[in-house]
Amino acid sequence: MELVIALAIGVLTAGGVFLSLRGHTFPVVLGLTLLSYAVNLFLFVMGRLAIGLPPILDPAASGYTDPLPQALVLTAIVIAFGMTAFVIVLALRAKSELGNDHVDGLHSEAAGQERREEGHA
Amino acid sequence: MSTLAAWPVLLPLITGFILLFAARGGLRLARIINLISVLGVTALALALIGVASDDVHRVYALGNWVPPFGIVLVLDRLSALMVGLTMLLALASLVYAIATDVDTRGPHFHVLFQLQLFGLNGAFLTGDVFNLFVFFEVLLLASYGLLLHGGGRLRTKAGLHYVVINLVGSTLFLFAVGALYGVLGSLNLADMAQRVAAAPAENHGLIAAAGLLLLVVFGIKAAAFPLYLWLPAAYAGTSAPIAALFAIMTKVGLYAIVRVHGTLFGPEAGALAGLISPWLAVSGWITLGLAALGGLAATRLRVQIAYLVLASIGTLLIGFGLATPKASAGALYYLIHSTLLAAAFFLLADLIVRARGEDGDRLEPGAAMPNGVLLGALFFGLAIALAGMPPLSGFFGKLLILHAALDDAQMAVHYAVILLSSFVIIVALAKSGSTLFYQTQAEAPSTGLPPQKAALPAVLGLLLAAPLMVVLAQPLTAWLEATALQLHDTRGYVNAVLATPAVQSAP
Repeated sequence: MELVIALAIGVLTAGGVFLSLRGHTFPVVLGLTLLSYAVNLFLFVMGRLAIGLPPILDPAASGYTDPLPQALVLTAIVIAFGMTAFVIVLALRAKSELGNDHVDGLHSEAAGQERREEGHA
Repeated sequence: MSTLAAWPVLLPLITGFILLFAARGGLRLARIINLISVLGVTALALALIGVASDDVHRVYALGNWVPPFGIVLVLDRLSALMVGLTMLLALASLVYAIATDVDTRGPHFHVLFQLQLFGLNGAFLTGDVFNLFVFFEVLLLASYGLLLHGGGRLRTKAGLHYVVINLVGSTLFLFAVGALYGVLGSLNLADMAQRVAAAPAENHGLIAAAGLLLLVVFGIKAAAFPLYLWLPAAYAGTSAPIAALFAIMTKVGLYAIVRVHGTLFGPEAGALAGLISPWLAVSGWITLGLAALGGLAATRLRVQIAYLVLASIGTLLIGFGLATPKASAGALYYLIHSTLLAAAFFLLADLIVRARGEDGDRLEPGAAMPNGVLLGALFFGLAIALAGMPPLSGFFGKLLILHAALDDAQMAVHYAVILLSSFVIIVALAKSGSTLFYQTQAEAPSTGLPPQKAALPAVLGLLLAAPLMVVLAQPLTAWLEATALQLHDTRGYVNAVLATPAVQSAP
């Protein structure tokens, strides 16, 4: 099971890094989402993998699973969800204001106008 | 247990919620509530600096969960100082924002402003690494909103880069925190410090990797080389009061480096002690050198000021990288100076842009400005202070750092980088000052407007820090030396936090 989870984290991270280095905003948003999935899984595993064990004190228990990473993952999921929503809205706004979905907002005909505007901004 | 540490965090949060509901009452009501709250918390923060001067760590355990099991807020000299600095900056930028009607250019300016203060104060006061992550996210989310406030093509483009790089930074933060928790089994800073010192040798590599990953995360926030490329466009593109408030944002990253790495990998940490010091100095040299060149090459005034912010980060990285109490005291002096004066410079640049009308902030000769003498005098004073020439505070800050660097093995490099970059910055500021104020075209009609009367107190108030810090240099440096000693005494911090008892409820 360790190997499967480690591979899953590795593949998600690799995919996330690859996508967030792309030149258009949509793959970048997808990449950031994949990265946050990878980190959630990673945080979860940091409490060690345990099956069928109680998280709270129990005199009859043979061992425990760590409840803290589950709370951390919950916090991280909520924050990542909010951030993803924000970055999608921002990417849409950038597309409507800059006229294209490139992360630099630059296309050949837009570049000249960009330079003219810089002085006035 | 003292509740003092909780108030600077709670009050902005409560005010933020009140402002959300007060939005129906109109802009005037929101301005009054925001101003009263900022004034109140500023007074509280200055009082806290006085309270913290007795060298006691005041620990507040949230929900009465005893450390290391719960989250703690820790008020000591350094966190009190940073909160005080944040609030002074917030007061000046809020006064400026109201005076220049920046807050009318988009919705919820005042709410975001208070949430920004909530995140900043929380990040300075927390004693828990995961809680630090949460406060970082709070302050970042508020800063995204404030950065984009008002809109515009360039602002959106710079904002997109800022948001994406910080989201990547947040992910790395979680990886580092997760790895540290997996190895150490705790997230309380004081408890982690103890466990780092007691860690078996086979875990040292993993702890060091997580610690250095954490340094990358804080380096993104602090805009240290090679992670600074987002800063000039973001700071030059946003509105002036927000750029002024953001002068503290890079210092949050520095504070986190000093607090987290200083505590985890302090002198008590055994084999892992001083893990990051060599990286800090090298990053500081390159940041400072490139920032000076960037300032020289800038074609717009606000970009030049953004590079001055970067130069101050480079100097501070060198100062904190020396890792002696004396150097830290000098770096803290320079931190106060550079934060307040960089903010003043952003506000002054906005007044200059207004006075130049259609010429904007391009560093090209333009029409003569109305009130040019006043603006020129302010520019001259700020340029002297920020470039580090006597008699103003920048000179003393650099002197303190250079003096502490005398005993360092790499003394020659520190001196060469700091002195040469100071020279380059003097040239850059002299060039832009003479372009803006002397090379005016007398026959060209001026399209600019004189500065708003109500906006001047904010600029003058911040500028006053430069002479005040020189006049009060003796008591100030004595206080900062005690702060640096407390900061380097990690054993005292660990003992104070872990010895906090639970509050017994009355029967």
